[in-house]
Amino acid sequence: MIAVVDYGMGNLRSVQKALERVGAEAVVTSDPARILNARSVVLPGVGAFRDCMANLEKLNLLEVVRKSIEKGKPFLGICLGLQVLFDQSEEFGRVPGLGILPGEVRRFPDNLRPNGNGFPLKIPHMGWNTVSLRKPNSLFEGVPDQSYFYFVHSYYVLPRNPDMIATTTDYGIEFVSGIQHENIFAFQFHPEKSQKLGLALLERFARLQ
Amino acid sequence: MLAKRIIPCLDVKDGRVVKGVNFVNLRDAGDPVEIAAAYEQEGADELTFLDITASHEKREIMLDVVRHTAEKVFMPLTVGGGVRTLEDIRNLLKAGADKVAINTAAVHDPEFVRRAAERFGSQCIVVAIDAKQVPEDRPEVQPGLSWQEQYPQLFLNPGDSLPAWEVFTHGGRNPQGIHAVRWAIQMGAFGAGEILLTSMDRDGTKTGYDLKLNRAISEAVHIPVIASGGAGTLDHLYEGIVEGKADALLAASIFHFKELTIPETKRYLKSRGIPMRL
Repeated sequence: MIAVVDYGMGNLRSVQKALERVGAEAVVTSDPARILNARSVVLPGVGAFRDCMANLEKLNLLEVVRKSIEKGKPFLGICLGLQVLFDQSEEFGRVPGLGILPGEVRRFPDNLRPNGNGFPLKIPHMGWNTVSLRKPNSLFEGVPDQSYFYFVHSYYVLPRNPDMIATTTDYGIEFVSGIQHENIFAFQFHPEKSQKLGLALLERFARLQ
Repeated sequence: MLAKRIIPCLDVKDGRVVKGVNFVNLRDAGDPVEIAAAYEQEGADELTFLDITASHEKREIMLDVVRHTAEKVFMPLTVGGGVRTLEDIRNLLKAGADKVAINTAAVHDPEFVRRAAERFGSQCIVVAIDAKQVPEDRPEVQPGLSWQEQYPQLFLNPGDSLPAWEVFTHGGRNPQGIHAVRWAIQMGAFGAGEILLTSMDRDGTKTGYDLKLNRAISEAVHIPVIASGGAGTLDHLYEGIVEGKADALLAASIFHFKELTIPETKRYLKSRGIPMRL
């Protein structure tokens, strides 16, 4: 069973339905016991970093997420679920994250321009963008380099350890769009909204033991 | 590179798609869920449902449509039409919508957009703007909005440079005296994550998007702008992006009636140098 962590934010139903579509059994839950007993854990999310951390804390899920990762369960972070793994975000000043991965979360600068010139790029970074593979990993097996995935975000992660970088994406700057470290897979894009390729990625995650 | 998005829009009334959709092999040409799945198959980048159900009491039907669509289709889904309260937004997101489009409720209470963005995040709040070009001999209109004294700068003034555009509600019937460009900027400042901009002059005419309107707004705001209203040919779509500076293109009838298919549209735009996801 895959536990989709419910902390009261985001479109969790889509994540659950996408996992079910690829044959996995997925439950949306905020019950610590169910999450700790699950074979794999998905931390989805859109919205504000601060609210996400506050809600996880209120529901006593900070330790649960940490423990799930420490136990070596396959773990998938999506969008905000990637960002909160890091030390801190510069959203609303400084907000501490889970601190599981070293690094921080930054906002796209306002004056980003394509290749350094032209009209400023829009924020949020919203839509389908290409993903460059930086490190082979089991979820991306068979996914062609430069495939399109769906993004919607205004912040991006800046990992301190470059070995964790699985994919990068260009939006005025080249930012890290995917992380892979031991049992942790985490993506800035939304596989559950990325049609066939996204579903294929979720299917491979669902098969991890 | 970020691709420009092609977004088919379905008008849904009482749970059924109106203005029929001409897909072959559909068991039920009026079923929004089936049509959504067909568009996903074709490679549409997103989907928009516009709920034109007249009665607020029948909103549960639309939630069911969204629920079923979210089970079948794994692409971003925006739902608009009749969104008035934070509860409406919450229900749509919970049912599986990714974004919610707000139009009249924002005009009646701009702060509603701020509250919505604070509660649910900018990424899911789309402000839909229906705009018409202001004629040179436009009579002075007294706006009847409760907040006009709080934000007087958002209204049209006799001294405004032309062309200028006015915000309308109720499908282009009710002029509101609001300056569309300044309105779009304010909506961005209140936390809207995207603007869905419809030219009421062009809507249904197939004479092309209002490029000046679209460009004026796209260059004034820092959030993505979806152009809508008037697309009839491939050239119109190309111009919408290149001259109108649109980040995404919304169209209804040209796709529904198969005047153009999504794959041929994307191949054409890509051949002219527009980044497209094929």
